[in-house]
Amino acid sequence: MGKYIIKRVIMAVITIFVVATLTFFLMNAVPGGPYEAEKSISPAAKAALEAKFGLDQPLFKQYITYMKNILHGDFGPSLKQRGRNVIDIILTKFPVSAKIGGISVLVALIVGIPLGCIAALNRGKIGDSAIIVISTIGIAIPSFVVCSLSMYIFGVKLKWLPTMGLKTWKNYIMPVFALSFYPTAYIVRLMRSSMLDVMGQDYMRTARAKGVSQFFSLFKHALRNAILPVVTYVGPMMAYTLTGSFIIEKVFTIPGLGGEFVSSITNRDYMMIMGTTIFLASLMVVMNVIVDIVYKIIDPRINLK
Amino acid sequence: MKKLASLLALVLVVCMVMSVAGTGAYAEGKILPVQVGPNPETIDPAINSAVDGGNMLLHFLECLLTVDQNGEIAPGCAETWEVSDDGLVWTFHLRDGLKWSDGSDLKASDFVYSWQRVADPLTAAPYADTVLWPVANFNAVFNGEADPSTLGVAAPDDQTFVVTLEAACPYFESLAAFATLSPVNPATVEANGDAWAVDAETYICNGPFMITEWVPGSYILSERNPYYWNADAIKLDGIRWLLIEDSNAAYSAYQTGEALMIKDVPTEEIPSLMGSDDFFIDPIIGTYYLSLNNQVAPLDNADVRKAMSLAIDREYVAGTLMQGTYVAAYNFMGPGWADPAGGDFMANANNGETYISKDFEANLAEAKALMQKAGYSGDPENPDLKLTYSTNDAGYHKVVAEYLQEAWKEIGIDLTVEVVEWASFTPMRRAGDYESSRNGWVGDYSDPSNMIELLYSTNGNNDGKYNNPDFDAAIDVSRSTTDKAERSAALHQAEDIMMDTMGCVPVAYYTDFYLQSPAITGSWHSPYGYWFFMYADIAE
Repeated sequence: MGKYIIKRVIMAVITIFVVATLTFFLMNAVPGGPYEAEKSISPAAKAALEAKFGLDQPLFKQYITYMKNILHGDFGPSLKQRGRNVIDIILTKFPVSAKIGGISVLVALIVGIPLGCIAALNRGKIGDSAIIVISTIGIAIPSFVVCSLSMYIFGVKLKWLPTMGLKTWKNYIMPVFALSFYPTAYIVRLMRSSMLDVMGQDYMRTARAKGVSQFFSLFKHALRNAILPVVTYVGPMMAYTLTGSFIIEKVFTIPGLGGEFVSSITNRDYMMIMGTTIFLASLMVVMNVIVDIVYKIIDPRINLK
Repeated sequence: MKKLASLLALVLVVCMVMSVAGTGAYAEGKILPVQVGPNPETIDPAINSAVDGGNMLLHFLECLLTVDQNGEIAPGCAETWEVSDDGLVWTFHLRDGLKWSDGSDLKASDFVYSWQRVADPLTAAPYADTVLWPVANFNAVFNGEADPSTLGVAAPDDQTFVVTLEAACPYFESLAAFATLSPVNPATVEANGDAWAVDAETYICNGPFMITEWVPGSYILSERNPYYWNADAIKLDGIRWLLIEDSNAAYSAYQTGEALMIKDVPTEEIPSLMGSDDFFIDPIIGTYYLSLNNQVAPLDNADVRKAMSLAIDREYVAGTLMQGTYVAAYNFMGPGWADPAGGDFMANANNGETYISKDFEANLAEAKALMQKAGYSGDPENPDLKLTYSTNDAGYHKVVAEYLQEAWKEIGIDLTVEVVEWASFTPMRRAGDYESSRNGWVGDYSDPSNMIELLYSTNGNNDGKYNNPDFDAAIDVSRSTTDKAERSAALHQAEDIMMDTMGCVPVAYYTDFYLQSPAITGSWHSPYGYWFFMYADIAE
């Protein structure tokens, strides 16, 4: 397992390097720049800005400098939010997103897994149908609709919940609801189909024949095998959820990282684009390694090489 | 199952650990919650170039001069000031006992430091040449050929600040009141570099309010600055600047009372808001116009440009398409610009008549005749001129583009609309890589030169590549004369020439449309697009 982790870390470094290189050259190939606006600044002012941030250097040289700097943990300054460093922005905003994202992942797991099991156990009955309908709706409705609807109903009309910021626990309800809606529905469907699959297996029938109680056989034997696809899904889903959602943060005015992913691109804030991309890529890789290890814990038959 | 439970527990712990981010307590007292824009990119006055940042800066930092409720120049840090007869030496006398928000003395030398900082190419201030161009030795300093200390500013004593100009600048007072030239505290800037302006702790200021907390993307809390010279006149305990990005979110915050004033009103709500007492539409100095690329045939023909202008029903565009949130523009220079000879520039233009007639039917007939004169059919049944219109997709831009397709079809133009992503759009337009395109300008200060000079042949924002020697000559006169009447005449002449040859096509004047609770008293909105809350109060 130790060997496996070392191998995965080396792979991860290569992956991140490739992602960083591709992003660097792709973003520079897109027209526009960080200092374009409706009112043009004078050529002299633009030259001064570009010189300050090294954007006047040949592209390949910029790339070498950037790569050297990130090896030293220096992700550079934001080109737009002057005076702030990319790493500081990420480190201040990530915890905010991660908090909402973490709670949402928990909600998705706690609600999604049991509902999926219940649906599978009641296959074809009314409970199953109801759960399928709800989870299909969950997958079909985009998050901005969930946001806007819940904001309108609970925030503006009923005034039960605050509409912006993160002052109290009440502020978390709507964003978490909106953020966990889709993954919950997805997990329900995943859990249901994989549970049905497992329940049809021979060993389940054998267990039942040997008189093992339904409850015990379900939790001891079925769930463990059925949960593997969910674990596969939760890894990358967690990376996306923890880094925040552009739409949900915008609608509920949450100072999270999700907005930075989008605004850095529209602003052509090259340093922020690189920083957020590398951060997300790293998180993704880490989550995948964790998923592999969790696999091993749940199913000892899996051999990590 | 046990392992599953422990796994869930692990996730829970991770989430808890990540939950350390504080949410911040809200201050007590009479705090006014307003929304004038999303998280500002910067509130360093030298670096800011955005309207929302500029609006906040007015409350945190005070320049030598300010603009009062009537749009007139008023004393700021400088109580009195005078200019030499040749218009080249400006002397500002600071008030007694000016202090920074940390209690230290604000001296004239702080202004010297701040102005030099703006001119320093290492600061890379985007507005440096807009505000400092007339100051002696500015170009040499800004191009890195001279040390910032050689800029034409001096502090002979702690209360006197002297500026020497290279060329007379009739609107220099407006520049001295411009946020870019706000004083910054040398001690904090030297100690913290560019980062001085991102943290409440290091943001030492001199205006009516000082920042006590800034949660990026959430809010900025500013409280009354006890060291402000006019602190007794400030009634609010503080202002909470809600950094809401989404207009629907801003609207919800207004409806729930979490905001008492919002700048970003969702356009789909406008029909239902029209006529209510808390919905305001105030004009600002700025014009939504079209650039026609003068380097592309047949747009180099003034008749074609005029025909395209005359074929637009401006009343319909501003009143119906833009839901009355814009005002139909029949001149280039709209309401609010100050005529150097006194009064409103627009009222004095073209002998008080609008340049473009308000009779749309007659205009359209004339447009068709002009197209025929230029050698085209001018006939909707027989379109024989193909053009492309480029725009980004925001606000009403696409609706206007679709309208232009219809309107220009009436004069025989087959228009293709090209929607370009924002960050690519402006450089493309600037490079002249288009045929026709939307454009717009909002004034930085009320001197007409700020907008009319956009059409000057070498201006960096002359996106239409308009090049008319007579126009340039009139602008040259306006720049060189110190006589107000002569200057006014030259600027009016420039607009006459430009409107006669349609250097660009004005469509509508900008407004700010916003919601403001009647509970707010004593605030005002200026034609620069700024809200002034420093002397505001909240009625119980």
